[in-house]
Amino acid sequence: MWLATLLIGLTRALVGATPRWVGSSAPSHAQKIYFANHSSHIDTLALWSALPADLRIRTRPVAAADYWSQGSFRKLVAVRALNAVLIERTRGDNGVDPLQPLIKVLEQGDSLIFFPEGARHRQALPGPFKAGLYYLAMRFPNVELVPVYLENLHRCLPKGSWFPVPLICTVRFGPVLPRIADESKAAFLERARNAIAALA
Amino acid sequence: MTAHHTFFWLMGGMVALLLTASIIGWLLGQRVSHENERATIDNLNARIRAWWVMVAIFAMAFLLGKLATLLMFSLVSFLALREFLTLTPTRSGDHRALSLAFFVFIPVQYYLIGIAWYGLFSIFIPVYGFLLLPSFSVLAEDSESFLERCAKIQWGVMLTIYCISHVPALLLLDIPGYAGRNALLLFYLLLVVQMSDVLQYVFGKLLGKTLIAPVVSPAKTVEGFIGGVVGATLIGAGMWWITPFTLLQAAGIAFVIVIMGFLGGLVLSAVKRSLGTKDWGTMIKGHGGILDRMDSVSFAAPLFFHLTRYFFAP
Repeated sequence: MWLATLLIGLTRALVGATPRWVGSSAPSHAQKIYFANHSSHIDTLALWSALPADLRIRTRPVAAADYWSQGSFRKLVAVRALNAVLIERTRGDNGVDPLQPLIKVLEQGDSLIFFPEGARHRQALPGPFKAGLYYLAMRFPNVELVPVYLENLHRCLPKGSWFPVPLICTVRFGPVLPRIADESKAAFLERARNAIAALA
Repeated sequence: MTAHHTFFWLMGGMVALLLTASIIGWLLGQRVSHENERATIDNLNARIRAWWVMVAIFAMAFLLGKLATLLMFSLVSFLALREFLTLTPTRSGDHRALSLAFFVFIPVQYYLIGIAWYGLFSIFIPVYGFLLLPSFSVLAEDSESFLERCAKIQWGVMLTIYCISHVPALLLLDIPGYAGRNALLLFYLLLVVQMSDVLQYVFGKLLGKTLIAPVVSPAKTVEGFIGGVVGATLIGAGMWWITPFTLLQAAGIAFVIVIMGFLGGLVLSAVKRSLGTKDWGTMIKGHGGILDRMDSVSFAAPLFFHLTRYFFAP
């Protein structure tokens, strides 16, 4: 879509968003969940722009429904341009699992871009993770979990500001997070968080 | 000779020179066997390729005119400032000041050149930037290392916007008997600076023994420095015919350009070190970042501009 091309071009012009595949990692067609630190509205775009085009079309960013379905412009960007999956950030009264839309996408064989902190943070290193990543990992044991560190983006468009400062941002993809049998939820989430911090 | 005639002669000369350099580089690449030599030759070839790109960009700017030149250098300022600030620690309180630097100061500075308003162009950043940038930062009420943050931002803005904008500002100068040929001054400045860099590198590699500033720049040698200064001054003097200067004047001006360029390289190398890095970025292959190429130019341009203006544009 033209808007996606425009947004990718703009992202590259402003912040570079050059990919670095760290260590033994390399882009591949295997189904993945890319999980990254979250500090700005450019995060999704930066990670998405850093992926090779043929992987990008099968990779869907996860976006918060309470924010991204507000207003026709946000909807246009999130749903039409980025092909995002919208999820509720809180469990509603109706008892529906908020992860349900993501499970559907993963069952279709697509990859996901996921921010396990659930909201934007101001600092360079990720804050504590919500449990979503753990449940997805349990349910899909064969999907590769790829930690991604987005450098500098907290300086480019911090929470609360409306105008970007163009600084060079690298998108660092780390090696696939190994699975450990019978790991507790807390231990898994801490290990996943450390995998991102290790790329910083 | 008209400006266009001179330009085509120059371009012909540059292309012939670069072609020769490329062929030599290729031949050397075919012959090396040793790992160490391979790295040096690769570095050399990457430098030659980057030179091709720079010559092509200059040719485009010359043929497309003043607007294209201004747009090109504002892009250079943008990329250089982005590189500088990426490596400079700032805090979220600086966000507005930084946005201002990128999206107001760069366009305004180049616009002032475009409308030939010399008075405001020459004080816009030293006066208004100096006062406004910290004013915007202070509104965020964060005094943590405030002076350091402000000083670093101002330094970056002066260097990447103010100093670099003096290159296209050469188009402003109204030199008697030289109308319509100002773009050649721009070429002259870049040629002398780059020749000095190249000759310092070559003489350093061939004869370099004594380090000139071992702490700040472990690659620069006394032999390279002397070779670069003498060589580039001679080249600058020999190119007097494209400038409004006499042969001797050209030699003097080229000497100033070369010395300032050398100092610029040293100063920026020290800045890099104090920020904890070796290269500004990875934008131009084999050249580090764009600031690694513009360091000497940014120091030489304001002096070249003002000397030429003072002595030759009454």
